[in-house]
Amino acid sequence: MNFEFLGDNFMSLTVTGLTQGAIYALVALGYTLVYGVLRLINFAHSEVFMIGTFVTTIVWAGLGFGVGASAPGTFGVLGLIALAIVAAGAASGGTALIVERVAYRPLRKRNAPSLIFLISAIGASVALFELVGAITDRQPRGMPSLVQPKVQFTIFGADITNLQIGIILSALAMLAGLDIFINRTRLGRGVRAVAQNPDVAALMGVNKDRVIMLIFVLGGMMAGAASVLYDIKVGLTTYSVGFLIGIKAFTAAVLGGIGNLRGALLGGLLLGVVENYGAGVFGNEWMDVVAFVMLVVVLLFRPTGLLGESLGRARA
Amino acid sequence: MMAVIDSARKADESRVRAVTGLRDRWANLPYGWRISVLFAFVIFLYALPGLEIPLIKTPDTDFTSVLFLCAVYVLVAVGLNVVIGLAGLLDLGYIGFYAVGAYTVAILGSPNSPVVIQYPWVVCVPIAIAVTMVSGVILGWPTLRLRGDYLAIVTLGFGEIIRVFALNSDITNGNRGITGVPVPSEGTWPEWMDWFPGITAGRPIFSVSNVIGFYWLALTLVFICMLGVRRLERSRVGRSWLAIREDEDAAEVMGVPTFKYKLWAFAIGAALGGLSGALFFSKQTFINAQGFDLFTSILWVAAVVIGGAGNQLGVALGAILLAYLPERFREFADYRLLIFGVALIVMTIFRPQGLLPSRRRKVELEDRAKEGAVGE
Amino acid sequence: MRQSLARAIGGVAMVGLLVGAAACASDDEGGSGSTDAAACGSKIAFFGALTGGNAQLGINIRDGAKLAVDQYNKANADCKVELVEKDSAGDPAQASGLATSIVQDAKVLGVVGPAFSGESKVANPILSKEGVVIITPSATNPALAAQGDKTFHRALGNDASQGPGLALYMKDVMKVQKAFVVDDASEYGKGLADQVKQTLGSVVTSSAVVKEQQTDFGALVTQINSSGADSIFWGGYYREAAPFLKQYRDAGGKAKFVAGDGVKDQAFVDGAGAANAEGAILTCPCVPPEKAGGTFAADYKAATGREAGTYSAEAFDAANILLQGIKAGNSTREKLETFVDGYTGQGVTTSFKFQENGEIDPSAVAIWAYKVQGGKIVADQEAPKS
Repeated sequence: MNFEFLGDNFMSLTVTGLTQGAIYALVALGYTLVYGVLRLINFAHSEVFMIGTFVTTIVWAGLGFGVGASAPGTFGVLGLIALAIVAAGAASGGTALIVERVAYRPLRKRNAPSLIFLISAIGASVALFELVGAITDRQPRGMPSLVQPKVQFTIFGADITNLQIGIILSALAMLAGLDIFINRTRLGRGVRAVAQNPDVAALMGVNKDRVIMLIFVLGGMMAGAASVLYDIKVGLTTYSVGFLIGIKAFTAAVLGGIGNLRGALLGGLLLGVVENYGAGVFGNEWMDVVAFVMLVVVLLFRPTGLLGESLGRARA
Repeated sequence: MMAVIDSARKADESRVRAVTGLRDRWANLPYGWRISVLFAFVIFLYALPGLEIPLIKTPDTDFTSVLFLCAVYVLVAVGLNVVIGLAGLLDLGYIGFYAVGAYTVAILGSPNSPVVIQYPWVVCVPIAIAVTMVSGVILGWPTLRLRGDYLAIVTLGFGEIIRVFALNSDITNGNRGITGVPVPSEGTWPEWMDWFPGITAGRPIFSVSNVIGFYWLALTLVFICMLGVRRLERSRVGRSWLAIREDEDAAEVMGVPTFKYKLWAFAIGAALGGLSGALFFSKQTFINAQGFDLFTSILWVAAVVIGGAGNQLGVALGAILLAYLPERFREFADYRLLIFGVALIVMTIFRPQGLLPSRRRKVELEDRAKEGAVGE
Repeated sequence: MRQSLARAIGGVAMVGLLVGAAACASDDEGGSGSTDAAACGSKIAFFGALTGGNAQLGINIRDGAKLAVDQYNKANADCKVELVEKDSAGDPAQASGLATSIVQDAKVLGVVGPAFSGESKVANPILSKEGVVIITPSATNPALAAQGDKTFHRALGNDASQGPGLALYMKDVMKVQKAFVVDDASEYGKGLADQVKQTLGSVVTSSAVVKEQQTDFGALVTQINSSGADSIFWGGYYREAAPFLKQYRDAGGKAKFVAGDGVKDQAFVDGAGAANAEGAILTCPCVPPEKAGGTFAADYKAATGREAGTYSAEAFDAANILLQGIKAGNSTREKLETFVDGYTGQGVTTSFKFQENGEIDPSAVAIWAYKVQGGKIVADQEAPKS
């Protein structure tokens, strides 16, 4: 157990953790939205994320930026990123919508118990996972290094690069946008109403089905944005990246308070940071365990999460 | 689109009626007849490795190995059924118990393990079962108070924790694994077994190249365990599980110690999982952390639910399909999981009670569907 | 009454079916090593990763073996040998099932492979117990020769030479001051990393372990940056090394990158990016294909359309040894084993004479260092001998 290492590198591990955590937070939004409204763990969300990562590489490769290509100037890079976010957001949102239509809606009509929903979610996740695996021949797909990290400034001995700042700021911006949408717009009010009590909301004139479609699409779009950030950061994607990120994002959602958007942000950032500290103290190979142990501990001692649940009903 | 779905459902319903008719007629058969048919079926199962049934033979892999895999998976399904089907607890990390049982046998029994004790298999296995039961209790104690969905995720987390532990710790030799997992016995086939096709007297009973011995051992254990669980189901414990599954609060009010029985379900499920792990890996002779991915755990849950949670024959069928189909249709090897995933979605929409449902479950789901229709 | 009759007939029919099926049952093809295969129709097997993240390494070996088999079959059209391909995806967990299927096919006399050390550890005992001859063209872990597998042979040097050779290259030629050692916990990776650590001694500042299939190396990059190491040794395969190096260079890491034969493939350069991989040093107990004897490099290119890869030449030699044995009439596993044990001859890579434990003569072993230059892997020099 290497506490010295933690002490010496506290700041850099924190920054690395926040960057990682920002990505978790965006993906966690999808889980938290769906669970808050439907009480369903959307297993397929991890594959929605994964599809976003692939769409990004396809878009970039299509524009001539395959593996090993050199990056265009700053505006070119920003343009590529923006384009990728739109494309991945659309693809991920679209996938989420399809999953809802094909797998979940028929079950809702039958008032199926949650175990069956979970099984269907697993089936959707496996199907998407394998489909992409078969299409890509299970080979990883690289992409060009678009952002050349340059150290912007140094705090307490930690170099902070433009890449890290970019990721954290983008995630915060998107979260702020979503927050405003949910809390200040009419559609957002519909979402909150359905989360509180679907039948009464329907009585009050909210189109339940449309609201549900909306939350799936929103969650998917957030995952799409996260996938672009992930691609820039890691530079590689393969058909199996979704699984681990998905589980950690779900952990983050629970950690912050399921159904609570700001909780997803807090949970994601916290998880990223604690994970990296754990990697520093125990060694890289134990990093994933840290996430799971955190999950178990949180569920045992504070099942409603750190910020409590806000979107949905109170826990039964 | 809805019309197609409806007509498909009607076709399926007529099949269900036929099957239910069969089931009722079976129940009405005199006792003696039922016993003889069952006996004949059991003999048939034991004789399978020697029979050459053309349609069901697997092309690329040794048929007996596939039979053995089916038997092990059925054992897993029986154990998982206790947790999910009987007690109603969703466990997504069942592979953790499988791993604990297997590793205990490997560590205590193999000459290559970091702990050089080398107990024989028959000593290792009861220890493995005990260790797995204890781990089941340790897992269950803090987590069984959680809600269904959260319980699922926590068990998932535990399964992963066990896998990462196996991957990184020294006692399990990490990713390099432990070779030389002990076999049940070093004996050889006696002369009087020579008539069975595939058995040559004098060759070892439990070897990697000839799996008949392993298969028979697994089959025997499956029967013993299935009978045991059936007895449990019909006892006070089983009735308590039923009460907990249907409405936990009501059960608690009626004086059923729900926590204790849930813990029992976990422990028994864990024990069966550990036993299957020990059995499987003594055939493999090698164990490493890669054999315990979460995916398999999830597939097992799916097999149990598709087969019919709560019904032992149903979950056995689910397990056999899971083990057998990918081996039989190897041409689609790359797509088998894809097909499985799609099948899951389809099954949950059209037949959520499973292929061979337990009657209670079927009624419960029908009631819910009616409720749903009212709310629309 | 009629119902009982119907049931009685049904029961008799069922029993009759069982008896009939049992009577018609043919003999099981249970594994045994001593069946005499027909003089022709023998098979040799390739065992290694043809799919999965490290597939390229297996494909190179398969193609080398295939070239040998195809050339043999052309010259001996009346008595061909079949190459059976067993894809393990480099996964030791799959190895035992595949090894079992090999031993159960009585016509398979020998195996070119298993390609990786992890799967060898599992498969070799199974193969050897049933007498299948093993010649691995690439598995380098030294412990494999000490497992007591009688039919094991290795067609190249092992990590007990590669490790120290690599470390000495780092110390004497590259003159590194502080090395950071990473391994992937695999049989091969950890074994090689341990050898390197042993020889480098105090030059090693710290070490870390990565997971297989890991794609996100953020924490590791931070760790290396803060350790101030001027070189990184990677004990593992290219599947993880490529994304790691890319992320490391992207984060501004400047340390030199050194790795062993598991990383030596063009896929590594492509995955990491040519600019990032520039200057990386990769060692291998294999000769550069262009230095291999005869027309091997040209033949390989003509047959597959690609340049020969890592261990293609060694696989070619391994397959040829087996084929020569079959040609000389050794059509059972025991006879082939005796032949290979006593074999001496010159292959395209080196001269072969197997010792008691299956290793080749140490003087015939050469460790080469390769450099990544201009997006390609080129031979640099032979590594210093310890």
